[in-house]
Amino acid sequence: MKGLYTWAAIGLLVAASTAGDVLLSVAMKKIGDLGELRRGQGLGAVARRVFLQGAFWMGIACMTVAFFSLLVALSWADVSLVAPAATSLTFLTTALAAKLFLNENVDRRRWLSAVLVGVGVALLAW
Amino acid sequence: MTFRKYLVLAGMILFNALGDVALSHGMKKMGAIHAGRLTDALAAVFTPWVIVGILLLLAFFACYLTALSWADLSYVIPATALGYVVIALLSQWLLGETVTLTRWAGTLLVGGGVFFLARGPVLTVPEKPGEPAAALETES
Repeated sequence: MKGLYTWAAIGLLVAASTAGDVLLSVAMKKIGDLGELRRGQGLGAVARRVFLQGAFWMGIACMTVAFFSLLVALSWADVSLVAPAATSLTFLTTALAAKLFLNENVDRRRWLSAVLVGVGVALLAW
Repeated sequence: MTFRKYLVLAGMILFNALGDVALSHGMKKMGAIHAGRLTDALAAVFTPWVIVGILLLLAFFACYLTALSWADLSYVIPATALGYVVIALLSQWLLGETVTLTRWAGTLLVGGGVFFLARGPVLTVPEKPGEPAAALETES
């Protein structure tokens, strides 16, 4: 039963963090290079541009859901299960979401790297 | 990729890994949270190790947002995995944990995946010429 709760929390964590990552990526791509913006106009301008993005706040909302699912999952199971299980799944879901929603060129190299990293992270937690 | 951008990626990887460790340590000290008492998860936010974890993850977040402003999501996300290799190596060297064959295999796979990824482009170049992203790509 505890295992079921843990995997439900991990599932919610993966879904929420993937959605959050996609939304944050949308927000940051709209702004452009933050480093250049900071050097040109200062940190205040960067913060203002970031905080004015609607997608940023939607991303934060998703990340908040993901964060509390992580806290709850961590209290039920070891970090050596939760963090790698959630992240190894997230590598695959974000690669897919980046291709579908962000039109990123997820080529064979990126798929292979997502799979290698996903399997590797899972093995590290074995 | 400029040196500055590699620094941002390195900061992102380290802060993320260390933040996870601090959070895990803090939550373990608290004990299990029961499904009926989810408010305990809120109370956890005010314990020292969880605060340290949150501060580290905020530093990670700043680096992460910066990286996303000039790199693809499908590039940035796998790059963060290098943190698990760092954690695995540190716990083996500093805490004297045994290096199992599975752990070495995992370390090699993650390292290999990130190495492979790093040899490809950082950003998907838009088809229209003259877009800001295209200019970024030629600069890096």
